[in-house]
Amino acid sequence: MSAHAEAITDSHNPTPRQNEESADSLLQIRDLKKRFSLSGDFLDQLRFKGGKLVRHQEHVHAINGVNLDIKRGEALCVVGESGCGKSTVARTVMGLLTPTEGEIRYDGNRIDNLSSRQLLPYRKRMQMIFQNPYASLNPRMTIQQTLEEPLRLHHPDWKRPQILDKVEEVMRSVGIDPDWGKRFGHEFSGGQRQRIAIARALAVDPEFIVADEPISALDVSIQAQVLNLLMEAQQERNLTYLFITHDLAVVEHFGTRVAVMYLGTVCEVATTATLFDKPRHPYTQALLSAIPRLKDDRPQHIRLTGEVPTPVNLPSGCVFHGRCPHANARCKQEIPLLQTQDDGTRVACHAVEEGRL
Amino acid sequence: MALLEVNNLDVRFALRQGEVHALRDICFSLERGERLGIVGESGAGKSVAAFSLLNLIAKPGFIAGGTVTFDGQVLNRMSERGLRKVRGNRVSMIFQDPMMTLNPVLSIGEQMVECLKAHRRISSKEARAIALDKLQQVQIPSPETRLDQYPHELSGGMRQRIIIAIALLLDPDIIIADEPTTALDVTIQAEIMALLLDLCEQHNVGLILITHDLGVVSQVTQRMLVMYAGRVIEQGPTREIINDPQHPYTQGLINALPQMATPGEKLNQIRGSMPSLSNLPSGCAFHPRCDFINRADGQPRPACTQQVPEFVESGNCRVACHMVAEMLEDRRLKEETS
Repeated sequence: MSAHAEAITDSHNPTPRQNEESADSLLQIRDLKKRFSLSGDFLDQLRFKGGKLVRHQEHVHAINGVNLDIKRGEALCVVGESGCGKSTVARTVMGLLTPTEGEIRYDGNRIDNLSSRQLLPYRKRMQMIFQNPYASLNPRMTIQQTLEEPLRLHHPDWKRPQILDKVEEVMRSVGIDPDWGKRFGHEFSGGQRQRIAIARALAVDPEFIVADEPISALDVSIQAQVLNLLMEAQQERNLTYLFITHDLAVVEHFGTRVAVMYLGTVCEVATTATLFDKPRHPYTQALLSAIPRLKDDRPQHIRLTGEVPTPVNLPSGCVFHGRCPHANARCKQEIPLLQTQDDGTRVACHAVEEGRL
Repeated sequence: MALLEVNNLDVRFALRQGEVHALRDICFSLERGERLGIVGESGAGKSVAAFSLLNLIAKPGFIAGGTVTFDGQVLNRMSERGLRKVRGNRVSMIFQDPMMTLNPVLSIGEQMVECLKAHRRISSKEARAIALDKLQQVQIPSPETRLDQYPHELSGGMRQRIIIAIALLLDPDIIIADEPTTALDVTIQAEIMALLLDLCEQHNVGLILITHDLGVVSQVTQRMLVMYAGRVIEQGPTREIINDPQHPYTQGLINALPQMATPGEKLNQIRGSMPSLSNLPSGCAFHPRCDFINRADGQPRPACTQQVPEFVESGNCRVACHMVAEMLEDRRLKEETS
């Protein structure tokens, strides 16, 4: 645990590099931590141990000190396997979860400690698209109602014709026939539902969109349609994306920069081209080698041994050391911090830092 | 004769709204030790195809015609009792979600021993020894302790390894794997796929791999079928189909992959979506989404909208497409005249 404590104190003094980077960034995530309690309320936590009443608490450490900057107009992709905390980052950024520690700044203003009333102007500027379009549309509302709702909330002064015009415009822009407004969500296919979910996010003309696995639930041919739609919207509306996904092929195509997460920490941040060309972190290397490619027959996978540890009992030192082929004694004790490399890539790995890799 | 032969398989679902034709004219064969991939999007009928091989279609579905012949026996005309000797024993299945496949109230060992004793007359002790050996083969760490653990104590990747161990338990001739790695993470997926491939090669087990992931199919299988709306539309050697797809749908599917486009450029999408099986378009089911329904001279090809395409041989592949048939016919005529 001492290593954890060190990392906390370290990261509480932001290095000059971090301030430098923040100049043109729309969103800044600083030392973000999120824990979820597993032990229930106070009475549930009490246990008898050796004749004494002790309070026993367990937490899922979903995010452990994440620092990220999202620049205006870029698509930052966050990749990682299930349980690495990528969705938690997305939800915390949107204010759907309150961070345990750390700060989130949007356009220079801190937003993580605002009340929902204070957050309202920000909600108009940042919107979210969820993974499952079957769950994210209200089954009892027609598409027209679904799309009108955010407009009524954020533009209380708008008259009805203005709202109707806007709804028609966004429906057209995502390729949904405006005549379908009277239909309900269940009457649409998965791809169409995701288009509607995108239309809802675009309705209030946001500048920043958090998309949490927006195409994972869709078929291959439909994935291409929705991805194209998201890219068109970005060009036309000059959007900034925080794009959460586990699919590296999508990242390679869509992302401006990529952040690779493992067990609640960011292990590598790089521009997409650099990351795919020259992955530095051993986890990134393994992840990239695991993509099933069409053209090669028997690719050389870097086979990782072992399983992802549980975020309840985090391993000491580098969270990846148990599966890492390059781990040494230092990796087991000391938490690596993100270090900027010559080409601007930031890697959190002792082996890279020491030049062993 | 091949180990498994499927001829004109036809599966329907008798629903209140009317009969839905889930599979039509499915024909393929599998040799001993061969690996075959079945690809398609959701609703194409690939899982129904897998289930119907072992006559596992639940009511209101039924096999309306055709034959599934395994080692000389027609499986879809066999009694339940006869089928039970084949299922799990000579042909075993791996399903998508390992948590749904394993019984949550039995330990791993109990489930494996149960399966062995159902098919062979052996003592529990011998069965346990075989189970342990299979767990070692799937490279599970500390296999002895795993035997006494329950499914919920294991991770997703570990559970899928156990499912593979169970599938191999009775040394089957064929394993049918229905999206075996879809529920898993990328790195775990790569490990499991590599393991399955190694074991199939080692034991000369045939594999029918059902997946929507063209990358996985291209790495694992030797031959593949592409399905669309309940029909096979293209089949042949995997490498040839991946490198030179003939059917417009296969082309679209491959070109729609992000890895086929230049980063940042528009992806080559297929417009529209798969029709529902209860309301198929006339003629070729793909024609409303197809870019090639016009002839080279710009005139529409009536066959596409009117006639269901028959298979034509194109090299080593079989393709069900009027456009391809026309092209082959043109080429043949040219060769004849010259």
